[in-house]
Amino acid sequence: MRHFTRLTTTLSLSTALVASAATMAAAETELTMYYPIAVGGALTDVVDGIVADFEAENPDIKVNAIYSGNYDDTRVRALSALNSGEPAQLAVMFSIDAYDLIEQDLIAPFDDLVEGEDGEAWLNGFYPALMANGQIEGQTWGIPFQRSTIVAYYNKDMFREAGLDPEAPPSTWDEMVEMGKALTKDGTSGLMIPSTGYPYWMFQALAIQNGKELMSGDGLTTYFDDPAVVDTLEFWKSLSTEHGIMPEGTVEWGTLRQAFLEGQTAMMWHSTGNLTAVKDAASFDFGVAELPANERKGSPTGGGNFYIFKDTSDEERAAALKLIRFMTAPEQAAEWSIATGYMGVSPAAYETEALMAYTEEFPPALVARNQLESAVAEFSTFETARVREGLNNAIQSALTGAKEPAEALAEAQTAAERLLQPYQ
Amino acid sequence: MSRHVNIERRRQAIYGWLLLSPAAVLLSLFAFYPSAATFWSSLFSRGTRRNPSEFIGTENYADLFADPTFWLVTKNNLFYAGITIPVSIIIALAMALWANSKLPARGFLRTAYFTPTVLPMIAAANLWLFFYTPGLGVLDQIGALFGLPSVNWLGQPETALWAIIIVTIWKEAGFFMIFYLAALQTIPEDLKEAADIEGASRWTYTRRIVLPLLMPTTLFIMVNAMINSVKLIDHLFILTKGGPSDASKLILYYIWEMAFAFFDRPHAAAMTMLVLGVLCVVAAIQFFYLDRRTHYQ
Amino acid sequence: MSGLARYIEGAGAFLLAIIWISPLVFAFWAAFHTTSDAVNFNLAAPWTMDNFRTAWAGAPWLRYFLNTFLLVTIVLIGQFILTTLAGFAFAKLDFPGKNIVFILVLMQLFILPEVLIVENYAMISRLGLFDTILGVGMPYMASAFGIFLMRQAFKSVPIELHEAARIEGCGLLGIIWRVYVPLAKPTYLAYALISVSTHWNNFLWPLIVTNSPDTRPLTVGLSIFGAPENGVDISVISAATMMTVAPLLLAFLLFQRQFVQAFLRAGIK
Repeated sequence: MRHFTRLTTTLSLSTALVASAATMAAAETELTMYYPIAVGGALTDVVDGIVADFEAENPDIKVNAIYSGNYDDTRVRALSALNSGEPAQLAVMFSIDAYDLIEQDLIAPFDDLVEGEDGEAWLNGFYPALMANGQIEGQTWGIPFQRSTIVAYYNKDMFREAGLDPEAPPSTWDEMVEMGKALTKDGTSGLMIPSTGYPYWMFQALAIQNGKELMSGDGLTTYFDDPAVVDTLEFWKSLSTEHGIMPEGTVEWGTLRQAFLEGQTAMMWHSTGNLTAVKDAASFDFGVAELPANERKGSPTGGGNFYIFKDTSDEERAAALKLIRFMTAPEQAAEWSIATGYMGVSPAAYETEALMAYTEEFPPALVARNQLESAVAEFSTFETARVREGLNNAIQSALTGAKEPAEALAEAQTAAERLLQPYQ
Repeated sequence: MSRHVNIERRRQAIYGWLLLSPAAVLLSLFAFYPSAATFWSSLFSRGTRRNPSEFIGTENYADLFADPTFWLVTKNNLFYAGITIPVSIIIALAMALWANSKLPARGFLRTAYFTPTVLPMIAAANLWLFFYTPGLGVLDQIGALFGLPSVNWLGQPETALWAIIIVTIWKEAGFFMIFYLAALQTIPEDLKEAADIEGASRWTYTRRIVLPLLMPTTLFIMVNAMINSVKLIDHLFILTKGGPSDASKLILYYIWEMAFAFFDRPHAAAMTMLVLGVLCVVAAIQFFYLDRRTHYQ
Repeated sequence: MSGLARYIEGAGAFLLAIIWISPLVFAFWAAFHTTSDAVNFNLAAPWTMDNFRTAWAGAPWLRYFLNTFLLVTIVLIGQFILTTLAGFAFAKLDFPGKNIVFILVLMQLFILPEVLIVENYAMISRLGLFDTILGVGMPYMASAFGIFLMRQAFKSVPIELHEAARIEGCGLLGIIWRVYVPLAKPTYLAYALISVSTHWNNFLWPLIVTNSPDTRPLTVGLSIFGAPENGVDISVISAATMMTVAPLLLAFLLFQRQFVQAFLRAGIK
C-alpha cells in the first residue's frame, strides 16, 4: 500500500515536472532491489525512508525495495527472480557471494559504470578493508553497504561483581580465559561465541588471531587442515571442555543477544550490527571491545554489499548506480550506522555531524571501525556456500564432541578440495 | 437399438474426456511433465561460466552415492519416518479412544488434541523454539526445577533430530485422530452391548473388536504418515536448518538447499528422482497389496 | 480395580491434552509479556500489548492476510471445479481409457508437488506466473485426493435422480450442478476444511515462488519476520505467531463441532 501511494506521488510529481518543463523526458526508470535486514522489523522503515528520500531527489527513478529475510534468503530471492524473468537490477547480498555471482555470470563490475576521476574518487572513498571482498580479478564487483566486524560485548556490572576492572576487557586469549573463569558462576557463562548461523565467521576470527588465514586470496585454496587452524578449533572447544567458561555443544546465534541481555553470559562475540539493538534493550552497563589477540589482533569483516545485475539496460545501470551512491553517501551511511550499529562505510561518514555527535555520546559505536585496521576479508571461495557449509559442519561436530577437531577439519578440507577442483 | 447404444457410448466418451481435460492438463503440467523433466535434467551437468552443461548420464547419481551427506540425510529421514509413523499412529489411536469415551470434558480433550493441526508448521516451529532454547527455554526452566542441567536440544547432534521428530508427532497426531474418530463412530453400538453381555472387559473389547475394525483406517493413516515423513520439513527452516553438522537434515530440505541455495539443479534433480522412486514403491504396495479391500473402491 | 484403572486412564488423557496444548498456551502468555519476563517465567508480571504493536509494525501483515485469503480462495474454487468435473467423469461415465487415467491420477497422490519443487518452479516461471498468487495455487488445483472424494460421493447418488433431471431437460453440467453438487455438500464441506487448512499453512512452495510482500502468504511472511540476521526477540515472535494463527484457530474453536461432523459425514476414513 505504501509503495502504491509513493508510486502515485512519484507519478504526479513527475507529471508536474513534465508539464512545467516540456523539454524534460518523462522516461521513468524502475528499479527492483532485494535486501536483507540485520535486526528485523522496524529497520525496513529506515531503508524505506532512505529510498523515499532518494525518490524525492530523483523523480524519474522509481525503486521497489523488497525486504527478503536474511542473507541466504535474499540471494535465493534475487536469483529466483532473475531465473524466472522477473525484474531485479540490484541487490544487497553477502559480500562473500561475489565469487559465485561472477561464476554464474550474474553481476556487472562497477569499473565500467563509474566514470572519470569523480568515479575513481568515489570507489577510493570507502575503507579499503571493506572493499576487499568485492575486488576480484582486478575489478570491483561489490560496494559496501551494511558492513560489520565481530566485536566483544561485555557486561560491566558482572565485571565489577567479579572484581575485574570494567574498563579493561580482555585483550589476549589468556586474559579472556582467565577473566572468563572469574566471571563464570552458576547459571552464568563467562563467554559465549555463537556456533550456529555463521560459525565459520567466528572461527575465522579465531584463526586470524592465531596467525593463520583460512583461504587464499584468489578463492581457490583452503587451509582447513593446517596445524594452526586445527589448533584454533582445539582452543574454541577447550573453552567449554577444559576451561568451562562456555556452555557445551553449540551456542545459538539467533538467541545469543537475548541470552546476553538476560545476563546468562558475561561476554559475547557478535556482529557489530547488533550494537543498537543491545544498546536499546540492555538494562545493565555494558561495554564493547575489540576482539582479543593471540598471535595478532583481528576480525574478518562481514555483512552485505551492493551488486548490480548484468542483465540490465544502460539506463537501469545508471539509475542503480545513482541509488547506490546515494545510499552509501556519508549522510545516509551515518544514519544507517546509527540505526543499526553497522559501520559507516567511508571515513567521510564518521566526519558527518550526526555520527560525530553520536559517537561522542556513545563511544562503543567506534570500536568496529577502529578494529578495521586489523580486519581481513571475510571467508570466501568459489562454490562458497558449500565450502562454507563443510567448514560449518566441521566446527559444529568438533564443538559437540561428535568428531575430533583434526579429523573434522581434514574432512572439510577434502570436501573443499573436491568442490574447488574444477576451478583450479 | 445397437446404434443408439453406440451413440450413447460415444457421447459418454466425449463427455468423459471433456470433463477430465482441465484436471488432466493441470496434472500433466504439474506432475507428469515435471517428473519427466526432472529425470531428463538429472542426466546433465551443471552449466557454469567455465563449463557449459553437457550430457553425463548417471554421473550425478554416482556423485550422490559418493556424497556422505546424502547418506547421512537418507539415514536421518529413515529414522524420522521410523519414529514418527508408529508413534503418531499410536498416540492418535489413544487420543481417539479417549475423545470417544465417556471421560468427563472430552470436548476439551478433543479440542486440545486437535488444535496443533490447524497451526501452520512454521508457527508451530516458533512455539517450539521457545521450548527448546537452552537456558531461556521452557524445557530447561522445567528441568532446572528438578536440578537438571541445561540441555541444548537443537544444538546437539544426538538431540536435534529428536526435537524435530517431537514437533512432527505433536503436529500430526491430532489430525490422524480425526480419522480414527470418524471410524469409531461407524462401529455399531450393539457390538459394545453384546460384548458387555458376554462379560468381556473393555480392554478385550478394544483389542478384539475395535482394533480389527480400525485396520483399514490404520492403513490409510499409515500411508499418510509415510508421505508426511517426506514432506513435513517446514519446521527445519526455523528450528535447525538441518544442523548441527547435518544431524537433523531431511531429504526434501537437502533437495531445496541443493537447488535453491547451492544452485545445483542437476544434483537436486537426481535426488528428486530417487525420492520419487521410493514413493512409487510405496504407492505400488498401497494400490496392489494393501488397498484391494479398503478405501478407493 | 477397574475404577482405579479408569482414574489412571483419565489422568493420562488429561496429561496428554495438557502437554499438547501447552506450547500454544505458553506462546500466548509470552506474547503478552515483555521478553525479559517471559524468559524468566515471571508469572506475576504485568500484561502488555507492546509485542503486538512491535510485531504489527514490523511487517505488512494485512497484506499477508489478504494474500493468504486470496490464495486459499483461488485454490478452493479451482479445486471445486476441477475435482467435481473429474470426479463425476470417474464416477458416472464410462469411456475407454478411464481406468488407466484413474491409475495415473492415483499416482499423483504420491508424486507430491513438494518433491517436484525444482521443475514446478521452472514451469511456473515459463507460464509467467512466478510471484503471483495464481502461481502459488495452481499446482494444487488438480488434487487427486479431491477427485477421489468427489468420485466416492457421486457414486452413491442414485441413478434415478440423474434420470429424472435429464427427463426434465437438464444438460449434463446442469445435472451435475443441480443434482450431484447439492447431495455431496458434506463432502465439499469436509474437503474445503482440509483444503483451507492445508493451504493456509503451506510454506515450502510459496517460499519458492513468491518474491515480494505483494504475494507472500502469512507463513512465508512469518518465517521472514522471524529470521532476521542478528537474533530473535521471543515475545515479539510469539505475538506475530499468535496473530497469524488467530483467524484459523478462532474459526476452529467456534466451529469445531461442525468441523468434526463434516469429517464424519463425508465418510472420510
